[in-house]
Amino acid sequence: MDLFEYQARDMFERYGVPVLAGIVADTPEEVRAAAERLGGTVVVKAQVKTGGRGKAGGVKVAHSPEEAEEAAKRILGLDIKGHVVKRVMVAAGARIDREFYISILLDRANRSYLSLASYEGGMEIEELAVERPEALARVEVDPLTGVTAEQAEAIARAARFPDELVSKVAPVFERLWQVYREEDATLVEVNPLVLAESGDVIALDGKVTLDDNAEFRHPDHAALVDAGDVDPLEAKAKEHDLNYVKLDGQVGVIGNGAGLVMSTLDVVSYAGERYGVKPANFLDIGGGASAEVMAAGLDVILNDPQVRSVFVNVFGGITACDAVANGIVGALETLGDEANKPLVVRLDGNNVEEGRRILAEAAHPLVTVVDTMDAAAEKAAELAAA
Amino acid sequence: MSILIGTDTKIIVQGLTGSEGTKHATRMLASGAQVVGGVNPRKAGTTVEIGGARLPIFGTVAEAMAETGADTSVVFVPPAFAKDAVVEAIEAGIPLCVVITEGIPVKDSAEFWSLAKSKGGATRIIGPNCPGVISPGKSNAGIIPATISGPGPIGLVSKSGTLTYQMMFELADIGISTAVGIGGDPIIGTTHIDALEAFEADPETKAIVMIGEIGGDAEERAAEFIRRNVTKPVVAYVAGFTAPEGKTMGHAGAIVSGSAGTAQAKKEALEAAGVKVGRTPSETATLMREVFAS
Repeated sequence: MDLFEYQARDMFERYGVPVLAGIVADTPEEVRAAAERLGGTVVVKAQVKTGGRGKAGGVKVAHSPEEAEEAAKRILGLDIKGHVVKRVMVAAGARIDREFYISILLDRANRSYLSLASYEGGMEIEELAVERPEALARVEVDPLTGVTAEQAEAIARAARFPDELVSKVAPVFERLWQVYREEDATLVEVNPLVLAESGDVIALDGKVTLDDNAEFRHPDHAALVDAGDVDPLEAKAKEHDLNYVKLDGQVGVIGNGAGLVMSTLDVVSYAGERYGVKPANFLDIGGGASAEVMAAGLDVILNDPQVRSVFVNVFGGITACDAVANGIVGALETLGDEANKPLVVRLDGNNVEEGRRILAEAAHPLVTVVDTMDAAAEKAAELAAA
Repeated sequence: MSILIGTDTKIIVQGLTGSEGTKHATRMLASGAQVVGGVNPRKAGTTVEIGGARLPIFGTVAEAMAETGADTSVVFVPPAFAKDAVVEAIEAGIPLCVVITEGIPVKDSAEFWSLAKSKGGATRIIGPNCPGVISPGKSNAGIIPATISGPGPIGLVSKSGTLTYQMMFELADIGISTAVGIGGDPIIGTTHIDALEAFEADPETKAIVMIGEIGGDAEERAAEFIRRNVTKPVVAYVAGFTAPEGKTMGHAGAIVSGSAGTAQAKKEALEAAGVKVGRTPSETATLMREVFAS
């Protein structure tokens, strides 16, 4: 889960990472009130989970509460790369001498953590990495020992911070490491970290990504989920512990196992090119594929008004195909009249003969059984286009 | 021969007394694997009957190894306790630890991997969030069904469980030397490259199927490794060509971020290394069939 900037700011503050005062607001009136409370020059910043907000007009400096209110009117409702701004943060202003970059992130390739730092901030880090790689220090962080005081200094020196700044930046690194470790983050980034005219080093903007697998030891992270941003069908699927991602298409897809479902989306897309249709979703029902799980999965998909046909693609590995077939038949019974779209079913693997026999015997008018994955995708695409 | 496991492999199951552990130990035994015991500190000294065999339960991995000569552990312990189980296996110095558990926080995986590395790699880890490894007719450490394919000359390595099964099924007429499911998490113990290296060295493996998926750059690095080090024919499949940016597709590692990690980029890297890449599992199987026909 990616956090909004204001959530990252609050988290940083709890760990002693220096940040500026910031107040979230959802309306121009609230923005004005926030600007009054903060006093002086403020910055109104769109809260969206994407980069490039400055260029898109999502960040504005305001010298008075009136200006802040006007800025909010222009920013709220703005569409930034498909993200509509519903909330802004009103942040205290600061006079900035220099901008830097620091982060700690998961390094998949080395199966470790990596810290990145640059004395030359102020540009997109991806650009800096390509154009001036020598200006970006990369130091491995051992997951067991973490960022020690000595290592924090070493990182700052590697990033060519001058001596007088090393002692200011290193403690920030140590605290960011605390955030990373204690909160089960996979990314903690400060961009920019700034040197204010006052001489203080401040985290001006932050990005935090939390590990969803670690939710069980962070009950407080549930409050960080942006309920307004969750697709209602995705929320419904989550209630049933189903792994569902809504996409923009007409062929509903259900399968067992993430890899097989991804592959099913591809096969449906290829077949769909000929019929002008696309996959409507990703839905992995996992290994079990019982009648209950199948019913819950079908229920989610059939509630998607865009869906015109459904492709159920199951390879019976541990699960036997007869159990899956019974699951499908049971699910259709449970759903009754709600099941109103054609289903194409492809079963293979463990006990497939019995599975196909059960579906043939049930002879449900909506169900077509097709033997191979490619042919079934073709049929599902054809039905969605019909 | 085969890779990672063989007829002499002796397996203990961490989490044997749990429902998943019991279910899959039964299946492993039925497929002819030597499962010699389990580990559960709270039930040490007892025995359990699994698939007609009476298996001893030990308090620690070290005890289990000393008593049974086990060289492989399969971990079914739930996510919250999985790290401790793997750490114990590493501390005991077991040569192979297969972590089936899904949903382990990446910090825990990073920590046990760092520990394994600090021990000089004495313990090879497969997974987490993986189906394990099978050498049909020889041994089976994990949850890959033994009924899909018999032994043969194809080595298979994959991030995904069900795609492993699907591909074994498609190639069952040729047969499998070893199939390794390396798992879909961001941090995994055994990589495509590790498996490719082992297959290249295995005289029984004549050709290799590699299945990748979106996210990270493991496939790109594997492509570079193949170009330099693999002489056997390699056929590949990458799942997720049509996955949208920024959406995690089931596996914690399967996410396209920006221009990185796309299936297209992986396909191009593999093809540049001389690997034939199928658009679908069935097309990939056809490409492999052509390898054996020529």
